[in-house]
Amino acid sequence: MTQVRIHGRGGQGVVTAAEMLARAGFLAGHEVQAIPSFGSERTGAPVVAYCRFSDARLRTREPVLEPDVVLVQDPTLLGPARPFAGLAPGGIVIVDTTADAPWVREHAGAQDADARVVTVPATRIAMDLLGRPKPAAAMLGAYAGCADHITLDAVQQVFRARFPGAVGEANAEVATTAFAHVRGDLYTRDDSPEKGDAAAPAGPRIVPQEVSRA
Amino acid sequence: MREVLEGSQAVARTVARCRPGVVCAYPISPQTHIVEALSVMARTGELSACEYVNVESEFSAMSVSIGASAAGSRAYTATASQGLLYMAEAVYNAAGMGLPIVMTVANRAVGAPINIWNDHSDAMAMRDAGWLQLYAADNQEAADLHVIAFAAAEELGIPAMVCMDGFVLTHATDVLELATQEQIDAFLPPYSPAQALDIENPSTIGTMAGPESFTETKYLQHLRFLDAAGVIEAWSERFRKAFGREAGGLVARYDPDTLDRDGDAPPASAEDLAVVAMGSVVGTLQATLAPMRAEGLPVRLVGIGAYRPFPREALKAALGDSRHIVVVDRALELGAGGVLTGDVGRALAHTGSRIHSVVAGLGGRPILEASLRDAVRRALADELPALDFLDLKAGGVPEPPVGATEVAR
Repeated sequence: MTQVRIHGRGGQGVVTAAEMLARAGFLAGHEVQAIPSFGSERTGAPVVAYCRFSDARLRTREPVLEPDVVLVQDPTLLGPARPFAGLAPGGIVIVDTTADAPWVREHAGAQDADARVVTVPATRIAMDLLGRPKPAAAMLGAYAGCADHITLDAVQQVFRARFPGAVGEANAEVATTAFAHVRGDLYTRDDSPEKGDAAAPAGPRIVPQEVSRA
Repeated sequence: MREVLEGSQAVARTVARCRPGVVCAYPISPQTHIVEALSVMARTGELSACEYVNVESEFSAMSVSIGASAAGSRAYTATASQGLLYMAEAVYNAAGMGLPIVMTVANRAVGAPINIWNDHSDAMAMRDAGWLQLYAADNQEAADLHVIAFAAAEELGIPAMVCMDGFVLTHATDVLELATQEQIDAFLPPYSPAQALDIENPSTIGTMAGPESFTETKYLQHLRFLDAAGVIEAWSERFRKAFGREAGGLVARYDPDTLDRDGDAPPASAEDLAVVAMGSVVGTLQATLAPMRAEGLPVRLVGIGAYRPFPREALKAALGDSRHIVVVDRALELGAGGVLTGDVGRALAHTGSRIHSVVAGLGGRPILEASLRDAVRRALADELPALDFLDLKAGGVPEPPVGATEVAR
């Protein structure tokens, strides 16, 4: 069984990410389960969702306490949400940030954690290609890039099915870009505007917010 | 076809395939996704020959359902928590009038303090309203139960609540196989109301009954309710034959070792500790108890499928010779213990059973496998008290000074 925990903020599509992850896992042949943890929270409040993959039918309803993979959709949650808590030894932590892994470890107080930390500028990619701060497709694309639980093709499929048309296509491209980023083809769009401009959404461009390092 | 679906979507699609004539509901978490999905289906035509009625409150939702059912239409609504309490008067009326409305209750705690998360206190408050109460252990059963509920309710002339744990099931995404339109059309008879208002032949439903007849009316309602156990069992058995999977039933049995649901599983034996539960915690118990069985610990699981009518005989049959019972209870009877425990205790009166009430998961507190495992181990070691609050935080409750609860008069 593979267990995943997703941290983010209300409005970022955390629950959607968990559901899309389950759908992608099902396409990969797993039994799957996605469990959102709802609060009566508003947009911006911390939200957690969980996902499980297994070869056997999933029966438990308890939240994921010992994740193999943690996705953090907002780096300002690295401290308060304690994303490394309960992480299985050698587990993967994928963080939406323009910063690097040592910065993530420092801000999560996890300098010595037995973990593989992967960073991806998911919100920046989403803003560039989708025009909205919805990093879910990028996070799942990054996940597909660093573990074989799901495939990039499955991630693209589930977003195209959920958001038919231009939004689904843009999400598929977001996933591809994030996948390429973690595979080493670092995302350099902001540094090299000539790269991939054809995919830029029409309308005013919103400058991605830089993560505060204070 | 197995597909990945949110519990609420699965319920909405199954309800639509039961061809309700009127759907009427007022949104309240965690039920909202169900009626939202039905409203979309009404707009797109996937839910056809159905009037989708927007109302201003839960009281109106049940009142419209009563009117629709009395006019001879298959009526459906859904609610939760304060919404169920707000419609309480009409809930009782629907039962007293013998109208087979089906209502999903996405179980949620009742305030104060206000809390949107899951426990069973809402449906428990309506336990004597005269409705069938069927509990889903997982989202597959939540969807399937609606087909059984319409069939049983309409045969009996008794309304039915399908209770599914709010958020834990309604908002969870699972791999499910929905009953198809063709399958449901072949299984569920078209609605043929036993009574329907007709302007050509005027009649009254829900008249006043004075002291000269109220007792007899309630007695007849009681006799009809006694029929319900057999009717629920019969429709559940038909469902198993038609669909090849178990759903509904009065009591769910589980294989001693695999913990898979199995109606043919043997009853518990005299050495066994039997854990009784209903709702989604059954799934967590399946996951918890299977490894304990593998260790050789004598523990069995029994699920309550129908809480109303309470399945006294079926429960006793499943418990067999076991006289040591742990009830995992998601609702609290203040000053007493778990609500379900009270029913189990009444069913097991004079059997010499030791019954522990483990109150768990109130107001959305997650029920953890480790905590359940600990409670079962304590029960086996005779260290579990008669009433236990699972994961009660030490120091979380202010200790009143000795004598502070005694009021001077």
